[in-house]
Amino acid sequence: MAQIFHRSTNTISRFTIFGALVVTALGLWTALQLERSPYTTFAGVARPQPVPFSHAHHVGGLGLDCRYCHTSVENSGFAGIPPTKTCMNCHSQIWTNAPMLEPVRQSFQTGQSLVWSRVNDLPDFVYFDHSIHINKGVGCDTCHGPVDRMPLMYNYASLQMEWCLDCHRRPEKYLRPRQQVFNMRYQQPDEFHPVEFNGQKYTGQDELGRALVKAYHLRTVQDITSCNTCHR
Amino acid sequence: MEFRRCRIKGRHRLRSAAGLLLALGLAGCRLDMHDQPRFKPLRMSDFYADLRSSRPLEPGTIARGELRSDSYFYTGMVNGNPGDEMPFPATKEVLERGRERFNIYCAPCHSRTGDGNGMIVQRGYRRPPSYHIDRLRNAPLGHFFDVITNGFGAMPDYAEQVPARDRWAIIAYIRALQLSQQAPLSIVPPAERDRMLSQPPPVPATPGSGATTPSGTTGQAPPEVKK
Repeated sequence: MAQIFHRSTNTISRFTIFGALVVTALGLWTALQLERSPYTTFAGVARPQPVPFSHAHHVGGLGLDCRYCHTSVENSGFAGIPPTKTCMNCHSQIWTNAPMLEPVRQSFQTGQSLVWSRVNDLPDFVYFDHSIHINKGVGCDTCHGPVDRMPLMYNYASLQMEWCLDCHRRPEKYLRPRQQVFNMRYQQPDEFHPVEFNGQKYTGQDELGRALVKAYHLRTVQDITSCNTCHR
Repeated sequence: MEFRRCRIKGRHRLRSAAGLLLALGLAGCRLDMHDQPRFKPLRMSDFYADLRSSRPLEPGTIARGELRSDSYFYTGMVNGNPGDEMPFPATKEVLERGRERFNIYCAPCHSRTGDGNGMIVQRGYRRPPSYHIDRLRNAPLGHFFDVITNGFGAMPDYAEQVPARDRWAIIAYIRALQLSQQAPLSIVPPAERDRMLSQPPPVPATPGSGATTPSGTTGQAPPEVKK
């Protein structure tokens, strides 16, 4: 009886079996990467805004403190988007005829709010509170990135749960002394740039982090990684 | 015949299975839970004509604990005239709080030393008077409170940005600033005096050199953000 299949079928079948595995694995890997990529998270993507407000100019250039505009960040869950009046504190006298600022002047005259598009937008099933993070020594730029160098605002982090948990599992990796929270140029301590806390100099983030966790009475990792810490 | 019907049935089943899978897949893309029909702060709402879900306060609303029964604390005025007393003791904590708040809200124009040459002034805002002139050195505390609360001349009010207690803390710090620019050597404790005289005078900071950088990190090259 003649052979039904040609000899080369052996190679082809082997190739397809392993090929199928590789293709499936590659597909899964691509899906995972896509899920974490800016395509999904919009990390690093500036959004169109009614006025091209530049944090780089106002924070990096002029040296305004975050809290000049985001007044409620230290004692409320919401950092606060400034009312138009805060813009007009300066722009009633500076750049008064700039066409770029026309929406701001319009808003101030009519009382109609400027409609900014939200950049750091957490899903609605996440309970997030700014004040607790600020008061436990999480720096603004730990989550928001180098805002003082962002001409247009974008979210620096993916804002995905794995990103939240990275810090909630090992908060000592990121904490800094409270008085450095708003410092956009803060550097974690190293041999040459020690960081002072409670009169003691620390040359490594490990020791500093552990000291801060203790001094600021952080709840246990078990507590802050429990589901209902963030989903309530 | 029988065979053909069977094949058609099979094709139907395959098609409906594919449809179901697609529906399930699309269901995964729904963002109902991400964007729930409730108001987070400042979220837009087309229920109201002005689209604001965070409603402006009705006139005359008094928040819990904010009944302004202590009129001096909230106005700085006694019988229509500015008073010259702190409504609470100016402790070290109060002064430190005042310094922090001053550097956030006042220093952009008044500069960190209070000479009125802050960064915003350098960019064209009308220059405020220095705190270190006789008129302001002799001005009562209540005058400063009134100016912060209601604005004065070109200065807008800061009533919304700075709560009353912080305004008083800032005023206490302004007094400290005024003293610092006029302090005679005789009020320095002897031990400190020797130390001061043996050291070279400190390099004066550039006015308005930045309100965000706390001392200790100035002068360093901008480091890369370390993660």
